[in-house]
Amino acid sequence: MTTTRFRRLLAGFALGLCPLAGAQTTTLLNVSYDPTRELYQEVNAAFAREWKQKTGQSLTIQQSHGGSGKQARAVIDGLEADVVTLALAYDVDALHKVGGLIPAGWQQRLPHNSAPYTSTIVFLVRKGNPKGIRDWADLGKPGVQVITPNPKTSGGARWNYLAAWGWALRQPGGSEAKARELVTRIFRNVPVLDSGARGSTNTFVQRGIGDVLLAWENEALLAVRELGPDQFEIVLPPLTILAEPSVALVDQVVDAKGTRAVAQAYLEFLYTPAGQAIAARHYFRPRQAAVAAKFAAQFPKTATFTIDEVFGGWTKAQAAHFGDGGTFDQIYAAGR
Amino acid sequence: MSAIVAARRAQPLTRAALSASEDSRPVRLALTAAALGFLGLFLFLPLVAVFTEALSKGGEAWVAAVSEPEARAALWLTLKVAALSVPLVTVFGVAAAWLIARFDFRGRRLLLALIDLPFAVSPVIAGLVFVLLFGRQGLFGPALAEHGVKVIFAVPGIVLATLFVTLPFVARELIPLLEAEGRDEEEAARTLGASGFQMFWRVTLPNIRFGLLYGVILANARAMGEFGAVSVVSGHIRGLTNTLPLHVEILYNEYRFQAAFAVASLLAFLAIGTLVAKALLERRIGGSR
Repeated sequence: MTTTRFRRLLAGFALGLCPLAGAQTTTLLNVSYDPTRELYQEVNAAFAREWKQKTGQSLTIQQSHGGSGKQARAVIDGLEADVVTLALAYDVDALHKVGGLIPAGWQQRLPHNSAPYTSTIVFLVRKGNPKGIRDWADLGKPGVQVITPNPKTSGGARWNYLAAWGWALRQPGGSEAKARELVTRIFRNVPVLDSGARGSTNTFVQRGIGDVLLAWENEALLAVRELGPDQFEIVLPPLTILAEPSVALVDQVVDAKGTRAVAQAYLEFLYTPAGQAIAARHYFRPRQAAVAAKFAAQFPKTATFTIDEVFGGWTKAQAAHFGDGGTFDQIYAAGR
Repeated sequence: MSAIVAARRAQPLTRAALSASEDSRPVRLALTAAALGFLGLFLFLPLVAVFTEALSKGGEAWVAAVSEPEARAALWLTLKVAALSVPLVTVFGVAAAWLIARFDFRGRRLLLALIDLPFAVSPVIAGLVFVLLFGRQGLFGPALAEHGVKVIFAVPGIVLATLFVTLPFVARELIPLLEAEGRDEEEAARTLGASGFQMFWRVTLPNIRFGLLYGVILANARAMGEFGAVSVVSGHIRGLTNTLPLHVEILYNEYRFQAAFAVASLLAFLAIGTLVAKALLERRIGGSR
C-alpha cells in the first residue's frame, strides 16, 4: 500500500467517524421498498447526470431498501430520507399520521395520486403451468400450494390479499362472505409466509416451494429474466388490482437539509419520458400513454380495479383487514 | 487388521487382556468419528460450500465482487466498528471482572446479572432498544435532533448496538479465571511495595492473559459478524451504513449469489485472520513467561 493511499484511508476513517463532516456534493437519500432496487439504480444515475447538466451540481443519491412498512417505520424513527418511494400510499401516510413529517395532502402534490408508475398482481407458476392456474378461484383449490408474503409486514402481500378479495366481490353474485371464503381457502394453501416480497420470491424460485407465487408483475418479470425463462411462466389473471406505489418528499428532512428543490426535481423526473421509460424497462407500468405504447408487448392488457373503487381507500382497507383482530387475523387464526 | 485378529485367535484371551483401553477402542473410534463427522457436516462442509459458490465464476469475479465500492465500504465499516467496540468492551470487561472477582459489595449479583443480559436478550430487541432511546420519537431523539447529532441509522448507532451484544464476552471469560487465581500473589506483590498499577501489569495481567485474549477474539468475532442488532439500527443505506453481513444479505436478495458468497468468504477470511493473530499472540506472550 502506498503512503498516499494509506493517508486516504486514514482520512476516510476520520471522515467516517464524524458523520457531520462537511459534504461538498449534495446527497439525497431515497428510502424505498424491496423490488425497486434495480429501478432506482438506473433512475439515480440518469437523474444525477441530468441534474449536473442543468445546475452543475454534483449529486449523490443513496438508496435504502427493505419491506415497505419497515422502511416507513425507520423514516419515522429518524432515518433521514429526502424522498420515500414505497409500495403503497398507506405506508407513506404513516409518515404523516405517526411521524408528522409530511402534510396530510401529500398525495395530491404530484400527478396520478403521487404514483408515477403502477404495477399489478400476477401469478408466477412453474413451466407448463402443471396445476392449470388461470384465475383467482384456482388459488383456493385443494392441493395448490400458494406462496405469498405476510400481509402484516409486506406491502406486496396486502395488494395480493386485496386483489383476491376484490376479485371475489366483483364476480356475479359476489359478496363479502364469498370473498372471505375464497381468501380463507387461499391462505390455507400457503405453506410459508415470508416477511417481504423478495423473501417469497426466493422461497418460490430458489427453494422450489409452492405451485404459484403471488407477486408484483415487475417482480415476476424480473425473476423470470434473472432466474430462468425456461422454468417459470407468468399468468395474468383476467381481473386484478391496480397497484399504485406512491412517492413523496419528506418535508421535515428536506427543509432541514436544504434539499427541497433537488428532491422535488428528482420525483418529477419519474414522470418525464426518460423516467417513465426507465420504469418500463424495469417492468413497472408507465403512466404516460406514449411510453406505455412503446412497451405494449411487455404489458398485456387486463381489467383492473383500484383500492379506492373497491375498498374505499387504504385507511379503510387497512383497518378492516390488516389491523389487529382484522379479517386477516381471523382468517389466519381459523386456518391453523 | 486380519493379522491382529489371527494373533489373538492363536493366543487364548485372558480376562486381563480385555483391559479397559482395549475394550473401549471401538467406543473411542465411534466417538471420534461422530465428532469429526459432525464437525465436517456442520462446519467444514458449509465453509467449503461458501468458497465453492464464491469462486463459481472464477477468481476474477471474486475480486470484482469484493472490490466494488459498496463491498469495500461495508468491509471498511465492519473493521471500523470492530476497532471501536472491541477495545471498549475489553477495558470494560477487565474492570468489571476485577470488580466482581476481587470485591464484595452490594449489587454485585445484580452487576453479574446485568453483564449476562446481552446473552439473554435477542439482538433484535437490543437494536430496538436503541431506536426507542435515540430514534426521532425516542427518549433522547428530540434533544439529539436539535443539536444535529445522528445516532440511529448512522455509525454511532451501529457501534452502540455492537457494544451491547459484545459486552459480556471479555468479562465472562475473566471472572472465573480471576476467582480461581485468588488474591495471594497480588497481595504478596503489594506487601513487597508494588503500586496498584505495577501489581496489575506484572502479576494479574500475565495470569489472565490467555483468558483475556480469548475473550477479545470472541468479542471481535461477534462484532464483525453481528447481524440482528445492527440490521435494526443501520437504516441499510448503501455504501454508508451497511456492514459486511448486511451487504451479504442485500446481494443475496438481488439475485447476485456469487457476489453474496464472495463477500461471505471475505467475512470468513476476517475470522481466519483473527484466529491466526490469536495463535501468533499466544506464542509471543506464552514465550515471555
